[in-house]
Amino acid sequence: MREKSERLFYNVDWLLVGIFLALIVMGWFNIYSAVYDEQKSDIFNWTRLESKQMIFAVTSVILAFSILVIDASFFTATAFYLYAGVMLLNLIVAFAGAEIKGSRSWFKFGGFSLQPAEFAKWATALALAKFMSGLAKPNMKQAMGVAIGIIALPVMIIILLQRETGVALVFAAMVVVLYREGLVAGWILLVGLISVLAMVVGIKYHEAIGILVLIFAAIAAVRILILRKKTFKQILFSALAVLYLGGLMFVSSKVIEKMPEHQTGRIKVWLGLDVDRATEDRFGYNTKQSLIAIGSGGLAGKGYLDGTQTKFRFVPEQETDFIFCTVGEEWGFYGSAFVVLLYSMLIVRIILRSERQRSDFTRIYGYAVASIFLFHLMVNVGMTIGILPVIGIPLPFFSYGGSSLISFTVLLFIFVKLDSQRLLILR
Amino acid sequence: MNPQDRKYFVVGFVVLAALLYTARLFYVQVVEDKYKLSASNQAFLYQTDYPPRGAIFDRNGKLLVFNQVAYDLMVVPRDMEGCDTTGLCAILNITKDEMLKRLARLSGSEEDASRDYRSHIFESQMLPELNARLQERMYKFNGFYVQSRTVRKYTYPIAAHLLGYVGEVNDAECASNPYYKSGDYIGKSGIEKGYEEYLRGKKGFQIKMRDVHNNIKGSYQNGKYDSAAVEGKDLVSTLDADLQLYGEQLMQNKIGGLCAIEPSTGEILALVTSPTYDPNLFVGRDFGKNYVMLVKDSVGRPLFNRALMSSYPPGSTFKLMNALIGLQEGVLTPATLYPCAHGYPPLGGKPKCHPHGSPTNLYGSIATSCNSYYSYVFKSILDNRKYKSQEDGYKAWRQFVLSFGVGMAIGTDLPYEKKGNVPTPEYYDKVFGKGRWKSITLTGAGLGIGQAELGVTPVQMCNIICTIANRGYYHVPHCIKTIEGDSSFVQRWTKRHYTMVTNPDAYEAVIEGMAQVMTNGTGRAVQIPGIEMCGKTGTAQNPHGDDHSVFVLFAPRVNPKIAIAVLVENAGYGSAYAAPIASLMVEQYLNGKVLRKDMEQRMLESDLIHKTAGTQKKDSH
Repeated sequence: MREKSERLFYNVDWLLVGIFLALIVMGWFNIYSAVYDEQKSDIFNWTRLESKQMIFAVTSVILAFSILVIDASFFTATAFYLYAGVMLLNLIVAFAGAEIKGSRSWFKFGGFSLQPAEFAKWATALALAKFMSGLAKPNMKQAMGVAIGIIALPVMIIILLQRETGVALVFAAMVVVLYREGLVAGWILLVGLISVLAMVVGIKYHEAIGILVLIFAAIAAVRILILRKKTFKQILFSALAVLYLGGLMFVSSKVIEKMPEHQTGRIKVWLGLDVDRATEDRFGYNTKQSLIAIGSGGLAGKGYLDGTQTKFRFVPEQETDFIFCTVGEEWGFYGSAFVVLLYSMLIVRIILRSERQRSDFTRIYGYAVASIFLFHLMVNVGMTIGILPVIGIPLPFFSYGGSSLISFTVLLFIFVKLDSQRLLILR
Repeated sequence: MNPQDRKYFVVGFVVLAALLYTARLFYVQVVEDKYKLSASNQAFLYQTDYPPRGAIFDRNGKLLVFNQVAYDLMVVPRDMEGCDTTGLCAILNITKDEMLKRLARLSGSEEDASRDYRSHIFESQMLPELNARLQERMYKFNGFYVQSRTVRKYTYPIAAHLLGYVGEVNDAECASNPYYKSGDYIGKSGIEKGYEEYLRGKKGFQIKMRDVHNNIKGSYQNGKYDSAAVEGKDLVSTLDADLQLYGEQLMQNKIGGLCAIEPSTGEILALVTSPTYDPNLFVGRDFGKNYVMLVKDSVGRPLFNRALMSSYPPGSTFKLMNALIGLQEGVLTPATLYPCAHGYPPLGGKPKCHPHGSPTNLYGSIATSCNSYYSYVFKSILDNRKYKSQEDGYKAWRQFVLSFGVGMAIGTDLPYEKKGNVPTPEYYDKVFGKGRWKSITLTGAGLGIGQAELGVTPVQMCNIICTIANRGYYHVPHCIKTIEGDSSFVQRWTKRHYTMVTNPDAYEAVIEGMAQVMTNGTGRAVQIPGIEMCGKTGTAQNPHGDDHSVFVLFAPRVNPKIAIAVLVENAGYGSAYAAPIASLMVEQYLNGKVLRKDMEQRMLESDLIHKTAGTQKKDSH
């Protein structure tokens, strides 16, 4: 008789698998609707997007179960090699890839194309987990710089070389992993958050920076006055804080003008700054159309295949980055809130499972997975509903594309597999 | 802090973010309405199918009004990128400034950006030739397309006032009737207005879905909300196109109105207003220009429908009315004799009269149009002992007059009909003071001879003659005979309106007098050989200059086929212009041709508008 632990799919978290299947099925039906065309619908026509996506989805599911069959030690053992391989591919594509819409991140093979940057997500997560779990505890603080320097930064640089700013930004989400592992203090995150806010405020209210600095200074002065012990250190700290925030606002308001035109445009339109009509049309069009599509869905939506804004292609890139519009338009608030709920469940579940691991590797990998999903959810949905500026990254399992679908599946199922073997201590 | 506890912050962050996003979704999808509006503006094309307007035929089946295709140049401002605007300006013959001005008006604004996505009329009612020139280059005019519509076309350049015209609805019309939307057409006057609901048919509506490139992608919900257009109904008018044309020719270069009615039915055979205009002027893109041109003619005032709307003193033709009332009231018999001394003796010869044999009986008084005689008659009606006072006598007289359809809207099927005027006793109280006026006062003012404040439109004048021809009743004058698909419509005009003069002998006596007008009276010059006719001249004094020339006529005496009233402003004696014109009209209608070419020639060539000095005529005849 075989050991329980050797049985296939023993200890697999079926809730995660269930959420995955739900997302992938909803995702496919959504793609079908986004590209739906009454005259030409034919899922067995393999040049059609919905047919291709069907192949990707089936491949993903097969791949998912294949990963469950492989022993988890395969991933711990090969993490660095996988990382190195994927990085090499990314480096090659950055120079030899096909140029599509201004970026150079695609390999083309006949009808299919491959985006190695997507693979970098799970490869980096693996490498990070491997590296960090291998560190001896006392050395960790010093090793933090090394971890980021050696693993996350090169990825971002290589992907920036491909001119895929959005994908590169994903790796910034790894800060969540570092935070959980105690490598980044909470106050640093807070300062980071305040700094981002200061930059946004600086851009938005660039005409009033002087007044804002004066207000900050007044607040700091009041704070010093009511302090019981007025140490020089306190005064210096307050002065530096005011200087820092003021400087950040000033610099960001100047830097925004020097950034590439499309980034400047997107940010200005997002912040509702006065721009000329042409800029507004060019960089505000996507968000405007996306809001119209989602907003017109109402409470209960227009019904499956009955969305007019997406079906008639008012929303650009509606089957990839703006796929959430189809959800919002056809399924309304109920549908879009349900999708947000499903993702939140997925992310929270991964975090909670990660915390139960004996293995540092699995926990770190789990957090990396959770933060990657969280980043995609927030940035992708955020841009479609006007909370964030337009940043081109896909919505996992929903956006059209084989590379991203397969990558997210691999990313998630390596964790499912690792988690199923949590009773074993893996490296 | 223990790193394990940091999971609470992380999970808390995820939950917070999810809640924030859900709240934002709730706002965008449920609370805010503007996105729904924008979506329907973008993705739906609310198409209106304009049915062709009904055609209008004359009583003999001749086509008077029909439709021609015109083209509206439409623009979708958002799609204009790369448009050859210079080329377009050249074809439309407008300046670049003008084009920019129009576009600025049509394009989206801060408040309503969706205007950019919608179609607007850039240039309306282009005729086929202009459209053809546009089509050659249409591929260069991005954002523009041409939509066809129907506009009116007229076979003959006649009856402009009667037929009316069609124009774009104004704000008031839109507000008062939800059927109309801005840009629709509506009948503005005449038959087009009076029969708008029949002529217009019913608009069809379609909700089409369109994609981002403005390609139509089928009907919304498979046409569940669509409705088909219903064509307008064809109308058969009572008008005789030949007679109408002839009337307009006879009246040319004269100011006035003419109305011809078939007494047995009330059908208007011709309704002429002069000067008139070619109804085709009000079709197409030059409408505005032509309208202004016609408005500027302050002398002829060609837009003014005199036949229906101008209230004239009826002059001597009104003597027929007083004769009828007198006979009915028993204060007058055909044998009654009254003297005439170049005027009405009791008031020392006022109102004045022209030389004729005196005294005369009733027939002679009509034939010679004696002013004195009808002053006596009018006074005797008011002095009638059966009324308590002369004021009551006047009230009774007034009721008689009203029963002939004077002083009130008769209820024709034409809009803007005028009431005319028969002064109320209260009016005279105001003018002379309460109890300060007597029958002799009003007689002196000229009520007996159709002067003073009396006002009668040519249509009403003709209706009086119809009543006499019918010996006591009239049918409401109307200009539509039948409506396609509405068999009950003919019932509308069959009612006989009896007047208060019910004694048939009264009518026969007056008719005998009218016959003598033609045989040996003021109308003998215009008698048509072989037809027994009954007429009456009138020379109406008016405060605006020379007397109006008036003539009323019906024929034949037995079984009358046509009654006609003609008024030519400031043309002097009734026998000078009105009588020949009335007579020629009757000849044309009854005989189908005119043999009295001299008379015809004289009328066609006479020009009273451009004459330098008027003829000096004073007394009424």
